[in-house]
Amino acid sequence: MSAVTTTVLTGVGVLGGLTSLLAALLVLANRRLHVDEDPRIDRVEAMLPLTNCGACGHPGCRAFSEALIAGSALPGKCTVSDESARQRIAAFLGVDVGAEEKRVARLACAGSHNVARNHARYDGLSSCRAAALVAGGGKGCFWGCLGIGDCEKACDFDAIRMQLGIPVVDEEACTACGDCVEVCPKDLFSLHPVSHRLWVACSSLDKGDALLDDCAVACTACGRCEMDGPGLITMRDNLPVVDYTRDHSTRVPIERCPTGAILWLSADEGPQRGAAAHPIPGREPLRDAPT
Amino acid sequence: MLGLRTFRHGIHPPEWKAATRELPIRQFPFAPTLAVPLQQHLGSASVPIVREGESVVRGQPIARADGDLSVPMHAPATATVKRIAPMPGIAGRMLDAIFLEPRPGSTQETPDGDPCSLEEAAPAEILSAIQAAGIVGLGGAAFPTHVKLRVPDEVRVDTLIINGAECEPYLTTDHRVMLEQGEDVLHGVRYLLKATGAERAIVAIEANKPDAAAHLRGLIEAAPASPEGEVSVEVLRVKYPQGAEKMLISALLDRRVPSGGLPLDVNALCVNVATTAEIGRLLPHGRGIQERVITVTGPAVRDKGNYRIPIGTPLRFLLEQVGADPELTRVFLGGPMMGAAASSLDISITKGTSGVVAFTESEAERSRRREYPCIRCGYCVDACPMFLNPSQLAVLARNEEHERMAEEFRLMDCFECGSCSFVCPSHIPLVQHFRVAKAALRKARES
Repeated sequence: MSAVTTTVLTGVGVLGGLTSLLAALLVLANRRLHVDEDPRIDRVEAMLPLTNCGACGHPGCRAFSEALIAGSALPGKCTVSDESARQRIAAFLGVDVGAEEKRVARLACAGSHNVARNHARYDGLSSCRAAALVAGGGKGCFWGCLGIGDCEKACDFDAIRMQLGIPVVDEEACTACGDCVEVCPKDLFSLHPVSHRLWVACSSLDKGDALLDDCAVACTACGRCEMDGPGLITMRDNLPVVDYTRDHSTRVPIERCPTGAILWLSADEGPQRGAAAHPIPGREPLRDAPT
Repeated sequence: MLGLRTFRHGIHPPEWKAATRELPIRQFPFAPTLAVPLQQHLGSASVPIVREGESVVRGQPIARADGDLSVPMHAPATATVKRIAPMPGIAGRMLDAIFLEPRPGSTQETPDGDPCSLEEAAPAEILSAIQAAGIVGLGGAAFPTHVKLRVPDEVRVDTLIINGAECEPYLTTDHRVMLEQGEDVLHGVRYLLKATGAERAIVAIEANKPDAAAHLRGLIEAAPASPEGEVSVEVLRVKYPQGAEKMLISALLDRRVPSGGLPLDVNALCVNVATTAEIGRLLPHGRGIQERVITVTGPAVRDKGNYRIPIGTPLRFLLEQVGADPELTRVFLGGPMMGAAASSLDISITKGTSGVVAFTESEAERSRRREYPCIRCGYCVDACPMFLNPSQLAVLARNEEHERMAEEFRLMDCFECGSCSFVCPSHIPLVQHFRVAKAALRKARES
């Protein structure tokens, strides 16, 4: 045998031996260290929408399926799945579906660009969070929506569309995952059951008619809704607060609101303003306030 | 210029100081209404101690400190308290403020309070006198000075650095204060030396203010040696951001403040020169801050100058008085590098306002430049005085990897000097990315 052949054979032999040894070790490790996982976890996970959105309160669909198997959650927590998918999971696990009322993201501002003024023009990174750090973003109302649409970009379900410079939530598509709640620098979004139709679409902590110079749909804290919905509505920090633990299926409190800051969010027709609310001028953006 | 001390990295922006550096400080008139915000400093807001309709005398305390991390407020004018109501602040939040209507014809003399004698007061008494005078960092940060000066028992401060670098373009506030209030500065230094127990004080001045350095040196030589410690003047090379604490310590003492640490960790303390001058001017009389020196300048201002402006003067009134261009579109409080853009002219001048720089539409237009992709030129890396990698940080910021920015790339060491954004040939708003990331991290850590 020549020297070259010896070298080649030694190489092949050593590496081959090493391979078999390591393979044997791996086989052994696989047997010894095997973790028995409930096979139902994979089945249940496959039945979930796999969006990993977190709306159920668990870090992703796998964690949620583990919670389902463990019995610490019910399929109804997944608001992204449709009813039939939830039924299938419930039937598979032999548990109750757990009726969760569908929740949606609601915006506590109605200052679209045709009703609310800017005081300053913001140039810079196209992001509400960046704008909010530059002197609050330039909107006349310090609490109002900046309208650059970080929430629209953050939404994984295309449930938010910017219309007239303000986000509009599609109730059908919204899964209440909470990404918009987290991203809004003005903290205007919150998650509510869809049955919460009586809605205060303003976050201004100021009061008085001077507010209307900056936003025509601001709450001026006049207190009429509190009078018309005694017990149901209380004024706190110049804003009406609806007590949703009481019967709130009444449109009475909105009727005398002069600005339409308190609304009825109709499922079919969208936001409904009260009878006394002054009309909204048009759809054109307002000019910046004179300095 | 070579041979002068400085720090590594940094940039050389145009200075734009020529228009106001020769102009003496002038007293500014009282606005018809002064709105004194109750939170002009870092820390908890002051608590009003006057009622609506009450008459106040100029210099009289009108709000008390709420706890240790807070300072009192003093009336900027002899006036009537009109109301206590919210007003817009520079950060875009509504803040409570005391609205005062100065009484025309009444005397604007400031009566003395409890004086704090340099010779007799103990260090702790000097600190409480500084708090009682409402003194905060006048360089812009507005951090309560008495808190900054409090040296823990186990720490020894050997060097006190008096920051007269004034590296921000356009601003000449500190320059004029050093020239016109040199005695106040040196008197203030003695108070500071005594309060902190430091052995020596160095007044740091950039080489573009030779007259200020010569003036202070002359005063030091003429006066008998101060018993509190040796005082000297050091001229530094002109470079931005020379006036940042960590840069000053690096330039003068060749020490590195550890990441996330304070100057105290390397036995040093930095105090702004205007703050020092106020300490030297107010403490012997027991008075409080009721006005401050501000450079009002920029292409949109006709009567540029250095003014002593009452705290609470509305920005709108100020700009009217100095003849602002009708095309004024952009106003910075502080300098153009680290100052804050105002979103409303209804905000007030506060203790932290070191300058007002106003630009017209044509200059603002020039700054709206299109952003291009990063070309990996590395200019930002060479500019960053904290030795960060702004280019890499921006990539992570776009992907919202905020935790990684902080943990692996020392995001929290960035003090937002803007050097990286200034040199970026692709006009990437780097600092703005970092500010958003920091705000997101703060929010995440709170919840």
